[in-house]
Amino acid sequence: MSEYTAQDYKFGQPRWCPGCGDHSFLGALHKAMGELGVAPHNIAVISGIGCSSRLPYYMNTYGFHTIHGRSAAIATGAKLANPDLTIWQISGDGDGLAIGGNHFIHAVRRNIDLNMILLNNRIYGLTKGQYSPTSVRGFVSKSSPYGTVEDPFRPAELCFGARGNFFARCVATDMPAAVGCLKVAAQHKGASVVEVLQNCVIFNNGTHESVYTKEGRAKNAIYLEHGKPMIFGENREFGLMQEGFGLKVVKIGENGITENDILVHDAHCKDTTLHLKLALMEGPDFPVALGIIRDVNATTYNEAVHAQVEEVKQNKKYHTFSELLETNETWEIK
Amino acid sequence: MANTKKVDQIVVRFSGDSGDGMQLAGSIFSTISAIVGNDICTFPDYPADIRAPQGVLTGVSGFQVHIGSDKVLTPGDQCDILVAMNPAALKMQHKYCKPTGAIIIDTDSFTEKDLQKAEFKTDDPIAELGITCEVVPCPITSLCQETLKDSGMDNKSILRCKNMLALGLVCWIYDRDLSLAENRLKAKFAKKPEVAEANIKVLRAGYDMGHNTHTAISHTYSIESDTDKKRGRYMDINGNKATAYGLMAAAEKAGMKLFLGSYPITPATDILHELAKHKSLGVVTMQAEDEIAGCASAVGAAYAGALACTSTSGPGLCLKSEAINLAVITELPLVIIDVQRGGPSTGLPTKSEQTDLLQALYGRNGESPIPVIAATSPTNCFDAAFDACRIAVEHMTPVILLSDAFIANGSAAWKLPDIEKYPDIVPPYVTPDMREGWSPYKRNPENDVRYWAVPGTPDFAHRIGGLEKSAATGAISNDPANHHSMVEARARKVEKIAQTIPALQVEGNEDADLLIVGFGGTYGHLCEAMQQMNREGKKTALAHFSYINPLPANTAEVLRKYKKIVVAEQNMGQFAGYLRTKIKDINLHQYNEVKGQPFTVATLVEEFTKIMEG
Repeated sequence: MSEYTAQDYKFGQPRWCPGCGDHSFLGALHKAMGELGVAPHNIAVISGIGCSSRLPYYMNTYGFHTIHGRSAAIATGAKLANPDLTIWQISGDGDGLAIGGNHFIHAVRRNIDLNMILLNNRIYGLTKGQYSPTSVRGFVSKSSPYGTVEDPFRPAELCFGARGNFFARCVATDMPAAVGCLKVAAQHKGASVVEVLQNCVIFNNGTHESVYTKEGRAKNAIYLEHGKPMIFGENREFGLMQEGFGLKVVKIGENGITENDILVHDAHCKDTTLHLKLALMEGPDFPVALGIIRDVNATTYNEAVHAQVEEVKQNKKYHTFSELLETNETWEIK
Repeated sequence: MANTKKVDQIVVRFSGDSGDGMQLAGSIFSTISAIVGNDICTFPDYPADIRAPQGVLTGVSGFQVHIGSDKVLTPGDQCDILVAMNPAALKMQHKYCKPTGAIIIDTDSFTEKDLQKAEFKTDDPIAELGITCEVVPCPITSLCQETLKDSGMDNKSILRCKNMLALGLVCWIYDRDLSLAENRLKAKFAKKPEVAEANIKVLRAGYDMGHNTHTAISHTYSIESDTDKKRGRYMDINGNKATAYGLMAAAEKAGMKLFLGSYPITPATDILHELAKHKSLGVVTMQAEDEIAGCASAVGAAYAGALACTSTSGPGLCLKSEAINLAVITELPLVIIDVQRGGPSTGLPTKSEQTDLLQALYGRNGESPIPVIAATSPTNCFDAAFDACRIAVEHMTPVILLSDAFIANGSAAWKLPDIEKYPDIVPPYVTPDMREGWSPYKRNPENDVRYWAVPGTPDFAHRIGGLEKSAATGAISNDPANHHSMVEARARKVEKIAQTIPALQVEGNEDADLLIVGFGGTYGHLCEAMQQMNREGKKTALAHFSYINPLPANTAEVLRKYKKIVVAEQNMGQFAGYLRTKIKDINLHQYNEVKGQPFTVATLVEEFTKIMEG
């Protein structure tokens, strides 16, 4: 049992717009931390720039509100300097995938042990409403008055393209599922990417609408659980099966299909093919996948870096600066 | 028969194709001279291309070394002996040979084809170039092949040894102890004894060629060594290695983990290479995805309590500005090393300039004061790096350490430091008794430094960031008066560092008619120019700056003593302009040169004399 509660991680009064998904996500993070029970002084919450990146100011932990796009790189340095810290790296879709896209993919590629939260509202909110790299094609915003003419990133594709070992997705307002995702992400060693679908009431109201309410999720989402058949629907009447190179939605009870025919989710599978297919599902033909889509163990960057330091320490005979000097060819003038 | 002359100092330049091993020949020659007590100063001058096509003008690589019985401060303007391994080297490098000097050429590499590659129009390159100094023709390639004909080596491997023939010959001319060179080769090729043996054979053949044939050279020389003043243990070190050593020494003295976040960039990469080797000292290096991440990861490491550094050159410093500013406003220790090269943009990547000074001082948004230190010589890079770390950690600030390609690649004999005698570096950590009423921007009234609560410290959880904070509470603040006072506090903190740095010293004539002012890597040239002018009866002094921001406390007082001052720098007057903003009504002359090459002492003396007499 944790000796802490959500209350121990709360600080200050959040100043996001009423109805912003950040409020509910913050609540989920406090709750997850309370249940995980890492002492607040051993946690650093490191964010970039944007609405969601204000989050560290509302944490009773160590917090570092940094610069636009760089929080993954800054968090990487912090974790290398002190691997004992639990680090939550908080970023939005603009911060993490546009200006910070390079740092995002490289942090994932290295598999540095960070909990990388990507709050995706498909909009630049703090600069008052421009399209982001996750805005859908044709999206009308102040900077795209006639609609965008570019395709968005799909975060899971970037994550898997960078050889990511952990990807989860939750909806900001879906407290129990969000808390669950955050806890598993925290327990996963390595770069744990959690995409949080959230609404921006001011500049992009209704994005993620199909899964933003409980009713919507019942119809349009599937909660994935490792080792369980992938069943969804208001009456759990639908399931996922493999068909050729892809997935298909089937109705249980039709055409002789039973629960036993439904594909069982394997989040631990090393191969990303099906994880990607799950992550890319969207309506109206497919449900949106929520929960832990991929969770595969691999050596972390910080462990490897420090293991190498230890190994070299064992193998080399010099460990202090004076001893280092002695490794050089020197001469004496008498 | 050659006569042996005693001389105080000599300059030798080895030049050839970038694959000809000129850097190795030159560095062995300089080291074996240092071992016997001569002073040395070297200048490797290599092209930007790794391997240009063989024999072409853009592929010429040079290595110049200045050797003296007393202190030598520069690699020398021009050389006494120039080795030119091919026509391209002769064409590009003959201008570096003194009119009284001699050029040794490899006659085997002066075929018609070689001459064409070097774009000669006639078959007499000597006449075509108007060379009037002594030219010593030697069959370097064929003699190397002859020496190793029974070695069983293939021709390509044999030809790789021809630099040793040239080195052997130069060793004979300057009466060097060949066994010292042999030892160097044995050490270098310790894992390949057959290669060492072949090189040694060719080295001896070169020496014997000089000895037996007395080549066509008119003199050989001996350089006395004044060892009394220099007792101690030495090693050969270049500026980049000395910088890396300074960082490691400082981390040990601070009891902190050393972290380097970096991205490869000429001419700074060797700092990353050096630190990456020394994991046994607990050093953590990260080759980041870009310059920004190099700096950002270092800011993160600093936040988590490491002695954090990032190394780069001018274009990289541009990219790091924003992350540096994060360390300015959050008041975290960070050392940024800028090994300056020619600019703007990609500019002249392998050449040297001092053109990043204003970028270092002012190249960030907002009021962003940063201490700036400039290393003055290859060996001084050690102390400069050490002190950059001291200032960063003890004053909770990013510090920019300026080096340049000239001192980064140049080497000199370095007396091993007694690290016990260096001061401890003491980070201003919070202590448990500070808990009551602590906030992140609470300052030590003595030096205006904030106290550091490193993440992981119980009971000090707090939030910092790039937004302006309240001086009193550490919370986000847009309050106008608070912002103004935070701007002032950050500036005052940096100004107070002046109390911890040495006073400005003046060298040379006390009643000088002309004060030369410089900063950073030009020290050797400016000092030698000053000394030469005094020898010529022109009363001159030198005030050379290592600490740029803050300036030493006595700067104005010192400069005001002189009627005539010239600021000499390898940019268009950045330091002169800076001094004018700091010292009211000061009249400064300028000498500026931006050629990517070191100053020459002769030009400096000429220009300073004009100013003195003008």
